Amino acid sequence: MELVCPAGNLPSLKAAVENGANAVYMGFRDATNARHFPGLNFNESNTAKAIDLAHSRGVKVLLAVNTYPQPHNWGDWQTAVDRAAGMGFDALIAADLGVLDYAANRHPQLPLHLSVQGSATNYEALRFYHKNFGIRRAVLPRVLSLSQVRHVVENSPVEIEVFGFGSLCVMVEGRCLLSSFAAGQSPNTFGACSPAESVEWRETPSALETRLGGILIERYGKTDRAGYPTICKGRFEAGGHSYHAIEDPTSLNTLGVLPDLLKMGIAAIKIEGRQRSPAYVAEVARVWRQAIDAATRDPEHFSPKAEWNAALAKVSEGAQTTLGALHRPWQ
Amino acid sequence: MTDSLIRPRLSLGPVLYYWAEPDLRAFYEAVADSPVDIVYLGETVCSKRRSLNFEDWMELAAKLTEAGKEVVLSAMTLLEAESELLALRRICDNGRYWVEANDMGAVALLAGKTPFVAGPGVNTYNQHSLAVLARQGLKRWVLPVELSKQTLAAMQRERPTGVETEVFAYGRLPLAYSARCYTARHHNLPKDDCQLRCLDYPDGLLLKTQEGQPFLALNGIQTQSAQTYSLLPDLDEALELGVDILRISPQSHHTLAVIDAFHKGLDQPSTAKRQQEAILRFMPTGPCDGYWNNRPGIEQSV
Repeated sequence: MELVCPAGNLPSLKAAVENGANAVYMGFRDATNARHFPGLNFNESNTAKAIDLAHSRGVKVLLAVNTYPQPHNWGDWQTAVDRAAGMGFDALIAADLGVLDYAANRHPQLPLHLSVQGSATNYEALRFYHKNFGIRRAVLPRVLSLSQVRHVVENSPVEIEVFGFGSLCVMVEGRCLLSSFAAGQSPNTFGACSPAESVEWRETPSALETRLGGILIERYGKTDRAGYPTICKGRFEAGGHSYHAIEDPTSLNTLGVLPDLLKMGIAAIKIEGRQRSPAYVAEVARVWRQAIDAATRDPEHFSPKAEWNAALAKVSEGAQTTLGALHRPWQ
Repeated sequence: MTDSLIRPRLSLGPVLYYWAEPDLRAFYEAVADSPVDIVYLGETVCSKRRSLNFEDWMELAAKLTEAGKEVVLSAMTLLEAESELLALRRICDNGRYWVEANDMGAVALLAGKTPFVAGPGVNTYNQHSLAVLARQGLKRWVLPVELSKQTLAAMQRERPTGVETEVFAYGRLPLAYSARCYTARHHNLPKDDCQLRCLDYPDGLLLKTQEGQPFLALNGIQTQSAQTYSLLPDLDEALELGVDILRISPQSHHTLAVIDAFHKGLDQPSTAKRQQEAILRFMPTGPCDGYWNNRPGIEQSV
């Protein structure tokens, strides 16, 4: 089982490589990838450095070109794919049918992974991408229960990668337009949920308000820990109650089911968080390296160590963790 | 309106909500006599909604066909369980009607076999994706709801021959899908024991911000806009862009009046804005058209 870690910049990539990642994933500095945030990602010169550094340690480098181009900006995605093919990436992670088609035809030697943004939640969909574009691996959206994941793996023509840890999209990735509804830009079109320029933090006498595109997402008391305003983690009112109508601020942590994931033949565990700090990457990579090694050595007697969960809790969003959809009652 | 512009047809999208069987049947009985040209039938949101089974839908399809409607069978958007794939296979192998795919799993089953429509659940964001789908047997595509008229114009210029363009023109916008059921969550129920609470919300459950602004509507595992998207005032633009079909998404009341307003608008595009004013009161929390104008979706142009 491969440990695939996020690299938002060179220091994070180093942290991942030094703490046991088998592969890192990254994006270029534009809307062609789903973590299009200011100050993040790689330009041409540090991309080459990143690939050299990782490869010198035997770590694979995957490039995410996993958002959806439109006719007016198609050229940017095509350029990203061409650059990826020429720079020695180990695989391209893509979602858009046109991008996958272009890459498969123009650069048949470049291995393709289906991004989580491709929204493939069943093996029939995976068969389509395999047959038409020759994808080698697919990343599953964080919406399936453990038994559903197992069923996909058993019937899938390609390797399966699942998310192990990090911020949790509760919506099917690639099928969430909440951000553009409020702010005009979505992960699909722009590579970012709640783009920074549409986010506001407003102090009032009694509270700190977070807004997206002017729309009130959350109101924090003076002592609350304020989070980044994503709509799905906001507090809204329905039927006279004000509550987290979609999801509580919480992170995904699947350490508890790691032996199950190993046993069903999951090829890779993905750690979310290209927008997080090098310290986060180092800590999460270190814990997950130990956990995967321990579970591989002795899956029958594996249980997550208290110190691992404590270390992960420290870097979790909202300081709570969940198994998410893998655990059926959560759904 | 010049002679060179084609007159778009009107379609009725699948019912996105959970309505009880008598309500569904009464609705489609009325639809049979309405001026819509195309009717999409089937459950696209949640497989636990079983007011009608496959045979019932097929029977309804036959009746509507007899009434002169073109029928398309719509398939689910989020396919997770094997039981859902089994249901999908029955729809794809129906042998008579086109199928609206809302997931690539459906496209996989339809490719090269059955003419299909790429529904709002398929991400067709550019001309290259459209070309891939056309090679598989695509007959019609629906513009993803977050895309603008500028993007539509560019895609229309490079549209493959034999492929029609449909636009979601009226209704609460489908914005997101999840593993989690928000209607059940609202009632503190787990999804597996949801007690079919969606039956209580025939137009979705309104979600407001903490300062009272209508924002979203919860429809089981689907999240919609609270506001009703309407391109009725923009009919002239849709006509100029060569849109073949305008889709009206059903709501529990006044859908026939909405169909009528669009029908009149198409007869006399100069009256479209007036028609919109006449149906404003049928929109639970007012209109929006931001996406069409390359703006945040919730906005309404003046």
